[in-house]
Amino acid sequence: MQVKFYSGNIACAEGAIAAGCRFFAGYPITPSSEIAEHMALRLPQVGGIFIQMEDELASMAAILGASWGGAKAMTATSGPGFSLMQENIGLGAMTETPCVVVNVQRAGPSTGMPTLVGQADVMQARWGSHGDYEIIALSPSSPQECFDLTIRAFNLAEEYRVPVIVLMDESVSHMFEKVIIPPKEKIRIVNRKKPRVPPDEFLPYKADDFIPPMACAGEGYSVHVTGLTHDEKGYPQATSPEVQERLVRRLCDKIRKNERKMRDIEEYEMEDAEIAIVSFGTTARSAKAAVKFARKKGYKVGLIRLKTIWPFPDEYFESLDGIKKFLVVEVNYGQIKLEVERNVGKNRVELLPKMGGEIHTPEEIYKKIREVLQWK
Amino acid sequence: MEIVAKNHPLDKYLRTDRIPHIWCPGCGLGTVLNCFLHALEETDIDLKNLAIVSGIGCTGRVAGYINVDSYHTTHGRAIPFATGLKLANPKLKVVVFSGDGDLFAIGGNHFIHAARRNIDMTVICVNNYNYGMTGGQLGPTTPLDARTTTSPYGNIEHPFNLCHVAAASGAVYVARWTALHVRRLKESMKEALNKKGFSFIEVIASCPTTYGRRNKMPTGLETMKYYKEHSVIKHGIDPSKADIEIGKDIVVGKFVDIEKPTFDEAVHELIKKARK
Repeated sequence: MQVKFYSGNIACAEGAIAAGCRFFAGYPITPSSEIAEHMALRLPQVGGIFIQMEDELASMAAILGASWGGAKAMTATSGPGFSLMQENIGLGAMTETPCVVVNVQRAGPSTGMPTLVGQADVMQARWGSHGDYEIIALSPSSPQECFDLTIRAFNLAEEYRVPVIVLMDESVSHMFEKVIIPPKEKIRIVNRKKPRVPPDEFLPYKADDFIPPMACAGEGYSVHVTGLTHDEKGYPQATSPEVQERLVRRLCDKIRKNERKMRDIEEYEMEDAEIAIVSFGTTARSAKAAVKFARKKGYKVGLIRLKTIWPFPDEYFESLDGIKKFLVVEVNYGQIKLEVERNVGKNRVELLPKMGGEIHTPEEIYKKIREVLQWK
Repeated sequence: MEIVAKNHPLDKYLRTDRIPHIWCPGCGLGTVLNCFLHALEETDIDLKNLAIVSGIGCTGRVAGYINVDSYHTTHGRAIPFATGLKLANPKLKVVVFSGDGDLFAIGGNHFIHAARRNIDMTVICVNNYNYGMTGGQLGPTTPLDARTTTSPYGNIEHPFNLCHVAAASGAVYVARWTALHVRRLKESMKEALNKKGFSFIEVIASCPTTYGRRNKMPTGLETMKYYKEHSVIKHGIDPSKADIEIGKDIVVGKFVDIEKPTFDEAVHELIKKARK
């Protein structure tokens, strides 16, 4: 075990290396650049490849290529770059290419506030590319979680063969804190499932349990991979509604039906809570401080902190019958709020938004708790 | 009809269960693919380690017909995808097969940067002067004055000279042929496949369906005749002198063949140093 003093960005890069990432392609952008810089320094030391691409379109394409070349691959960016990556995130979802995309959120839209915090890419992470697909997104609240959740992101990407988004925010990315690096043998590593049949029997998109085994380039399987609607052989079937139906259902269901396994929620003071704050990322730290203060004053308030944001834990929220009000605290104008509303009904949800540039203070949140208590 | 031969000698390179292909009668793509497969046959490349990457468009469909690991990616992104593929698995011989619009309009930025870095890959661009798949719109190589569906009064844009772009960006091997020059094209493909670094071949090819019929070349045969009458071989010429203009000669040949350290070699050197 090692104890380090890392920023969220450095912890994320180190988590990637610990997870087995050996290829990084990226393009400089504030506030994520330290991840690329640290990967440029560290990857060669472990035999990995760093390349700075000409833009984010290329960065995303390169990590998909590297993944098919057999590597665990990652890129890191922020809002404007994340927008450009959506094209090939879609290709990654369609071709079932394991990879990790870090989006250190800053305030948008457009160029927005490059150096300051935002949390408004939550829906973009879910819906950013065109067409129906499902994605996984994780949200760390501390440098320690930047390390831990980046490892988890790689493991989920490998297990479910899907791009996984690490949805950081500027505050956590530049925050320095103690990070505990467990010994190598204590870190759980998942690798993509490989084919177990000879090449002439292998169907690259035949999945018995939603997720097909993956044959990479040079392994002798002569696989054809396409962004077109494809059958189990991987061949284009771009005019067959039946093939489209089967494929898109599977791409979505492999995530939807496994939501329980990916669920990762921190509950704080929830046992007897009547009001639950819902938050994520750095903002959840302020929320926790507000809950502590409210508890001291005798209010029955708890915190639900989402570490896995997508797939959204619908069943979990549906089960929370005892909660009278959900107060969603996020640095945007109401994104996770929509998901909570969808599950518990509009009249049980309150929003404390912030447009970006700073996170909420515990005082602001406490004040809002008092307001909600009065309405209750 | 009587079947004269059940198997084609190049069947082993093809996903025969995907034939017939989607290309139009008179299209040059079949010829170019044929040259490529013959070139493969005459090299000692292990097919297991060959990967074909395509973007989107008519040429983009090449990847789907060759029976090796093949990747049909997004529009314009074949080269950066191929960059990741090659760097992650240095054993691979990576060939990008795509069209002029894919590689030089939407993917133009990636082309120049991969050439600048000298990534070890072969890029074959089939240039048919237009976007065929989408119905014949003007592209970055459409000659001045040519009629397309989006230049109905004649093209007012200056086209790219692809070989000049490739050479200026740093490609170590640059050649241009037409779909008529099957033997020379095949030889060039062999050279490119055996070349270390970023090699580039432009193949001028007929597109009677969407380009030719609007530009007084309504059949593949007429286009071939045009190539025969208007192609001039000039090896070693400065590619900036080889612009393509309507009614003028098409300069073909091998323009660049130089040696330069590749990104791939440099990055593995760097890794060795960093691990010491």
